[in-house]
Amino acid sequence: MTEARLRAQDVTLAYDKRVVAEHLDVRITDGSFTVIVGPNACGKSTLLKSLARVLKPQAGAVHLDGQSIASYPSKQVAKQLGMLPQAPIVPGGIVVEELVARGRFAHQKLLKQWSPEDETAVAEAMRLTEVADLADRFVDELSGGQRQRVWLAMALAQQTPILLLDEPTTFLDLSHQFEVLDLCAELHEQGRTIVAVLHDLNHACRYATELIVMKGGQVIDQGAPADVMTAELVEEVFAMPCRVIDDPETGTPLVVPADRRTRAIKK
Amino acid sequence: MRTVVRAAGLSVRVYPRALIVGVVLLLVALATALVNLTTGDFPVPVAEVLKSLAGEGDAGTDFIVYELRLPRVLVTLLVGAALGASGAVFQSLTRNPLGSPDFVGLTTGAASGALIVMLIVGGGGVQVGAGAIVGCVVTAVVVYLLAFRRGVHPFRLVLMGIGVSALLEALNSYLIYRARLNEAVAAQVWLIGSVNGRGWTEVVIVAVTVAVLVPMVVYFGRHLKLLALGDEMAVLQGVPVERSRAVLALAAVGLSAGATAAAGPIAFVALAAPPLAARLSRSPSSGILPAAAMGAALLSAGDWAAQHALPGNDIPVGVVTAALGGIYLTWLLFHERRGARA
Repeated sequence: MTEARLRAQDVTLAYDKRVVAEHLDVRITDGSFTVIVGPNACGKSTLLKSLARVLKPQAGAVHLDGQSIASYPSKQVAKQLGMLPQAPIVPGGIVVEELVARGRFAHQKLLKQWSPEDETAVAEAMRLTEVADLADRFVDELSGGQRQRVWLAMALAQQTPILLLDEPTTFLDLSHQFEVLDLCAELHEQGRTIVAVLHDLNHACRYATELIVMKGGQVIDQGAPADVMTAELVEEVFAMPCRVIDDPETGTPLVVPADRRTRAIKK
Repeated sequence: MRTVVRAAGLSVRVYPRALIVGVVLLLVALATALVNLTTGDFPVPVAEVLKSLAGEGDAGTDFIVYELRLPRVLVTLLVGAALGASGAVFQSLTRNPLGSPDFVGLTTGAASGALIVMLIVGGGGVQVGAGAIVGCVVTAVVVYLLAFRRGVHPFRLVLMGIGVSALLEALNSYLIYRARLNEAVAAQVWLIGSVNGRGWTEVVIVAVTVAVLVPMVVYFGRHLKLLALGDEMAVLQGVPVERSRAVLALAAVGLSAGATAAAGPIAFVALAAPPLAARLSRSPSSGILPAAAMGAALLSAGDWAAQHALPGNDIPVGVVTAALGGIYLTWLLFHERRGARA
């Protein structure tokens, strides 16, 4: 079996009394670009939150390097694992550079609050996400897409070997969606483990080395997109008849939903 | 604007404007304190005061400076600093400009504790201070427990605090109503908040509070910047959220309690000092030390005004701060409303 630094073992995930997933087991293969897909409310964001330890499982545990993630000092985990959450609070009155710099907290100490490494990491993160030009703008005055890239820059500044992204392409126009996905692919090539929740199955198939397909709080299938993504699976999981063909550009699976009229006949 | 300072293992980013504002506020606080040392029933020239402080004054001046004025001046500076720091922490934790100790019931709770000691137990001086501290801490715990439902939502904390504060106001009114006239007057005077006639005992109470708790809030204050981005983001960046918030809140409660024990419930300083310091330094949040310096400067200047506003009449500084507080609050509400519309 492949190595997995990060895994959820027999976890039950719930918000108060509303159970989202029970007895869930997930392994995140080291060095993979894993994409989690599934219909709305299937528990994919919840799973991501529990992997990032912001949601504590009601039963079971998330393990990092063979030890419960809750047992580490918070700062130590923050050097290994970062996440771009779905809807962070937008603070008033702070500029982009300042916000991105806050992503360096885990690497700082009381007397060493701004090392040359911090400076390079922040500059590099802003360059990669193309927000360097916005450095002195107020975050609450930016557009949704610009803001999304600023949050991504903050997560990148953290420089963690494992990076979780909850719908990183929301708010972004088409070209920026692909820029962010390309950036994730580059980070993956540099050796990082990337886990992203994505809605677009074709984006998922094109970029993922491994897909996790979820429905109703359970993992339906996990594996390489070419093995996992079939017309039967899409119909089973999304209740959507479709054809799966080869992406003419990359050869990865391309999901083409069936026409409205043929769908009607099938019913 | 920011610059980086790196020297001998130390590496920090400083914001020159915030630094300058902090230093200027500190100088203003010290200058007004010096003015307060020179003025009063027996005016003493600045040179004489400085000589006396250096240990070379004559017996008469020493008596005026060390026994009559210095304790009051020190209590003023330290109480102002404690309130400013406490307000900065609370406003940041609750993400709300009204989340200061005056509004979330802490000051009222401290007053209840002090009134119970004064009017029911029948104690004075240090006992009243102890009563205020106990009242403040108990109120903080009650508000926290009432607001707790799967973690503490900052806005619920403010609302609960306002509710508890209203109940305690009623209790305080009742305690005064049932007291004998002379006791009621003494209690009412204490409730205004004043530094008149404060001695070395009060200096020690608030000095110990500040010396222990201010370093604590400054150390954990680095976490406030991340807690401001929400619990989720703070966890992701490696802040031990629950522990850090508990330490900060307890320390801020302690600062507020110590200040109230020494000078009574002085209004407005904890509410206004942090945002005023932030505005001057043109940053989103003031930082704890500039807020403390602003608190000290405000209260020191306020006490000067209290001594000179009405000729021959030394009114409690609480009256001055309450009046200024009313103006500030009106401005704040007006400004927020306009901000919401824009």
